[in-house]
Amino acid sequence: MSTTTAARFEIKSRSYLNPEGRLVGTPPAIVSDSDLLKRLYRMMVLVRTFDSKAIALQRTGQLGTYASCLGHEATHVAIGAAMMPEDVFFPMYREYGTQLWRGVHMEEILAFWGGDERGTAFRDQPLDFPWAVPIATQTLHAAGAALAFKLRSEKRVAVTVIGDGGTSQGDFYEALNAAGAFGLPVVFVIANNQWAISVPLKAQTACETLAQKAIAAGLPGIQVDGNDVLAVYEAVTEAVGRARTGGGASVIEALTYRLSDHTTADDARRYRSAAEVEDAQKKEPIGRLKRLLTARKLWSDEEEQALIQDCQRQVDAAVHAYQALGKPPRSDMFDYTFAELPESLQQERAQALAEEGSHHG
Amino acid sequence: MAKVALVEAVNLALARALADDPQVVLLGEDIGMNGGVFRATVGLQERFGPNRVLDTPLAESMIAGLAIGMAAMGMRPVAEIQFSGFIYPTIDQMINHAGRLRTRTRGRLSVPMVLRAPSGAGIHAPEHHSESNESLFAHMPGIRVVMPSSPTRAYGLLLAAIQDPDPVVFFEPTRLYRLNKQEVEDNGQPLPLDTCFVLREGHDLTFVSWGAMLHETLEAARLLAETERVSAEVIDLGTLSPIDYETILESVGRTGRLVIVHEAPRTAGLGAEVAAEVAERALYELEAPIMRVTGYDVVTPFFKLEHDFMPSVDRIRRAALQVLEP
Repeated sequence: MSTTTAARFEIKSRSYLNPEGRLVGTPPAIVSDSDLLKRLYRMMVLVRTFDSKAIALQRTGQLGTYASCLGHEATHVAIGAAMMPEDVFFPMYREYGTQLWRGVHMEEILAFWGGDERGTAFRDQPLDFPWAVPIATQTLHAAGAALAFKLRSEKRVAVTVIGDGGTSQGDFYEALNAAGAFGLPVVFVIANNQWAISVPLKAQTACETLAQKAIAAGLPGIQVDGNDVLAVYEAVTEAVGRARTGGGASVIEALTYRLSDHTTADDARRYRSAAEVEDAQKKEPIGRLKRLLTARKLWSDEEEQALIQDCQRQVDAAVHAYQALGKPPRSDMFDYTFAELPESLQQERAQALAEEGSHHG
Repeated sequence: MAKVALVEAVNLALARALADDPQVVLLGEDIGMNGGVFRATVGLQERFGPNRVLDTPLAESMIAGLAIGMAAMGMRPVAEIQFSGFIYPTIDQMINHAGRLRTRTRGRLSVPMVLRAPSGAGIHAPEHHSESNESLFAHMPGIRVVMPSSPTRAYGLLLAAIQDPDPVVFFEPTRLYRLNKQEVEDNGQPLPLDTCFVLREGHDLTFVSWGAMLHETLEAARLLAETERVSAEVIDLGTLSPIDYETILESVGRTGRLVIVHEAPRTAGLGAEVAAEVAERALYELEAPIMRVTGYDVVTPFFKLEHDFMPSVDRIRRAALQVLEP
């Protein structure tokens, strides 16, 4: 018998900003970009302000089921900041930080969870896909878009986010494999928040990391602290840059924690301990970035007060716009089914509109 | 003008689309160097290059999902599913995304893709190669389902499907791939979608069918004329969703009798849909109950029994005689 090592792999894990807000090791380039650091911070605070308002709207019957992004702000906002406007984003369903960075409006997010398709029309974001509620399907759309970019020799990148549970789906493996086989300009970010509704990571997979799922597809995979905005920004910037210059796809596992229930329809107390959540709370992303900014004298109490007021004002305006939206016309159900409405649907439409006008509608 | 079989007409249409529109890209398993397991794409990679005719890894959900992403970015992907029983992994992508994207983005994004797949039994193929699954896709909003029944219609309808701004599932009856040759003019002209084709005019009864079953249906109509002096109209549905009911209702209004023939299993098959619509809208013009001649509600048998499963000329003929009974 002859046994040799056919291949050898390892997964690196990277972080710069520890939970106390102190830099560890050699800092990344972004640390010297004070302006960008402050923009990231402002957006993270805006997203959290929005998120807590959205939950309050749901609790008071003014919004449907809502998926909170509490705790994911660093991962989501850093992805948005690392992408170019002409790139395309393929979200799962709680990446508001990325979306707000890319021009999606808060009232559109509310409209989506408020049961209104005008929320996915994205009036100022023509390219990005809307939320993908069926798990992992969006990873294939990202690969498909990347294939289009590659075939047309466009220097554009598709970026998609998937959860830890999503990495158990076949579509995820198929997307990674296609990205490797075709050498596609796509970046897969796994937002590993430790819980797929009630299923903890340990029950989801026997893998030590989710980043290593890249290995089987022949892609580079890296793990980063997903609550460290510097680490996520650097990793995504690197991956997007590599993809844009013909270097192919990458997988980034961002380690974070879902501090909220899965959605407002969920009660996480049924399956996880308060102690675990309390512990995770100490590692949340916004406080540590604020501590860094403060220590570097980039942020003052006055700026903080002004930011909180500004975020509140923006969120209130978005809520107002959402509430003023009203019900869409019944005809909207029909009018976007096909580019041109077929005869049989024209008849259904006419009937539905006639009934709407009658007492029995 | 060359005489070509249905599979060659598909090839001609694909070549024409590739030549006319740089956004058209073919993708699928073994479609490049190998030219497809049924040879529908033979010679196309050689002619248009590996960036227009792509051999993909072996995963059907991936093929559909990639096509959706490409189409939303403005390409016109034409994806091939290798065998009819392999199409089911695409259902999630087709129903949850291909058919919904235009609606849920209020027209901001759309999915001008074609999913080509073989359909039906009758070619002595292995298990999972002989299914008729058109009604699964016809039930999906936002998706067109098309099935040609001749080389001419394969050419024209496939061009129309590729040019259509919305997703189309295009079923190719494998039994017809090489059955009859027809003169097909490679003129780049699409045939209309959402429209039935009247293949034979008649006044005693109306047959509605699609795909390979039109072969048996036309033969039954010929025999009925020859031996029973019955004049049967034969309508090819062409587009199976949405259905052109006006042509069917006009015909049934004249003949008063309707027999629907399809190879797929009976229950919740498209025949039920056609029958229900005609009953709702033209019951008082009918002179006999509507009849369906279909595959049975059984697992598609292995090929030794496949001809016992598929409606025969005789079964169709007998159904016609039954509705013609005074």
